[in-house]
Amino acid sequence: MYTLDFEKQITDLETKIEELRHVSKEKGMDIVAEISVLQKKVDKLLKDVYGKLSSWDKVQVARHPERPHFLDYVKELIEDFTELTGDRLYADDQAIVGGLGRFRGQTVMIIGQEKGHDIESRMKHNFGSPKPEGYRKAVRLMALAEHYRVPLITLVDTAGAYPGIEAEERGQAVAIARATDMCLSVTVPFVATIIGEGGSGGAIALATANRVLMMEYAIYSVISPEGCASILWHDSAKKGEAAEAQKLTAQDLLKLKIIDRIVPEPLGAAHRNPKEAITNLGNALEKELKDLSNLTPKQLKAQRHQKYLDIGRV
Amino acid sequence: MNWITDYVRPKLQKLTTETKPAVADNLWQKCPSCEQMLFHRDLVDNLSVCHYCNHHLRLNAYARLKLLFDNEEFTPITLPKVPLDPLKFKDSKKYVDRLKDYRKKTGQEDAILVAHGKIGGNPAVVAAFDFSFMGGSMGLAVGAALVAAAELAIKLDFPLIAIPASGGARMQEGPFSLMQMPRSTVAVQMMREARLPYLVLLVDPTLGGVSASFAMLGDITLAESGATIGFTGARVIQQTIKEKLPAGFQTAEYLQEHGMIDRVVHRKDLRATFKKILTLLRQKSL
Repeated sequence: MYTLDFEKQITDLETKIEELRHVSKEKGMDIVAEISVLQKKVDKLLKDVYGKLSSWDKVQVARHPERPHFLDYVKELIEDFTELTGDRLYADDQAIVGGLGRFRGQTVMIIGQEKGHDIESRMKHNFGSPKPEGYRKAVRLMALAEHYRVPLITLVDTAGAYPGIEAEERGQAVAIARATDMCLSVTVPFVATIIGEGGSGGAIALATANRVLMMEYAIYSVISPEGCASILWHDSAKKGEAAEAQKLTAQDLLKLKIIDRIVPEPLGAAHRNPKEAITNLGNALEKELKDLSNLTPKQLKAQRHQKYLDIGRV
Repeated sequence: MNWITDYVRPKLQKLTTETKPAVADNLWQKCPSCEQMLFHRDLVDNLSVCHYCNHHLRLNAYARLKLLFDNEEFTPITLPKVPLDPLKFKDSKKYVDRLKDYRKKTGQEDAILVAHGKIGGNPAVVAAFDFSFMGGSMGLAVGAALVAAAELAIKLDFPLIAIPASGGARMQEGPFSLMQMPRSTVAVQMMREARLPYLVLLVDPTLGGVSASFAMLGDITLAESGATIGFTGARVIQQTIKEKLPAGFQTAEYLQEHGMIDRVVHRKDLRATFKKILTLLRQKSL
């Protein structure tokens, strides 16, 4: 497993337990007691370490390469997922994946950024940084959700929209603006969840929803801590201070009423037990969609408008 | 060394550098593009466009409103009060102090002015950004002003013209600045639902969270000649891809060539262009 700095002691112990299990199996030794003592130690360490993570630590957890990504959630939560590709204008951008599927009995449209999990898939998905055609595909799929009157689920996980010549040439700004515009236009229930990184405009374009959830160790911000540090502190090494100041953690954002709900992750975060994290999100989504099903199409859109008009109103 | 080089020369240098810019600031200004010296009266006569190279220098919000409205007459509105410094943000300086300094320097509450008046006889509400106020960055105050501008336009049954000039979101307001992207988009939708024209004039520069929200959602989008418009700033793109950027990258003309805007307009033709569009939309049959 990829080890974060502050997890070193924990992963060392975890490796030791693994080794012991291996040895006990091979040699038929009974060391259940020893393992259980070590496991208790690991759990205590996890509780201690994860109980007092700094904002910058959480940034690292949110970016952990083994954290479940969009397609992991889809695989566990969505039956009969049918991917729909292309923006009908230029290309298919795999940094954003979307399609129809069945979530706990109900047909839904699900869209999100996918980062990939190895070199090949990361290249394919452009590390989760969408180009304009990705946002245009999202707009097309949101329009389909509206047309078929099926709820919309988005899972947001991007460091940000792709910064490149061709992205600018093909209208990155207008593509993001129109995706946000579409988020605010649909009249079906719409729940967005930041599952990893919610990077600025590249995230907003898929996250302007009736309900916005965040996984416990996800982050959501207007600029990366590194970017903020280099612009405001003129020193990218101040990323820890910048992360703190930006209020980018789920806990900060719930307090500021920017998001609606935090979805708990297993002890030691989602990368330690992806399945549990995914199930937790499934349960939260089911509840939110059920709540929203009481609203009429008109109310759903009005609620979304009001929600964003009210942010920061005195 | 001796006392002349160590003591007298620096003092003299200090004297000369301290007095020089004061004169230049008042009477002469260097064109940021061709570096020719421009005499302030010529510059004012030419609407702050360089008469050597046609570069459009930045205008503050007040000058922008004077330029656009008939006889320089307009009625500014009081902008909504918003929470100051919602995060108690501090980098090398406290954000509240930074705000106070800019307020003193510009005489404005924040980076935007909203006013109504007539353009070529047509009533309109104009929301103009001020780049000199913290780079025209969009935070709670700017977002609230855009919503107020749309509400005013709807109440008066007037078209709305937005004139962004902004580096993007105001980082010192963190997530609140990010939320102004959807918030300003709601303002655009309010105009759309009221079936009133929402026009945008992009001026130098329009970037980041501003270009990726209300600024790129105009029914009709004009841009001032030579203005820099884009999502990611050129420096960041260059650092990321390590390639040379094409000539004229992210200029108004480049955006038009790529189909992103309707017209590129010279500053001297702005009022006439808006007059034409607003009249066509107001008097649909003569």
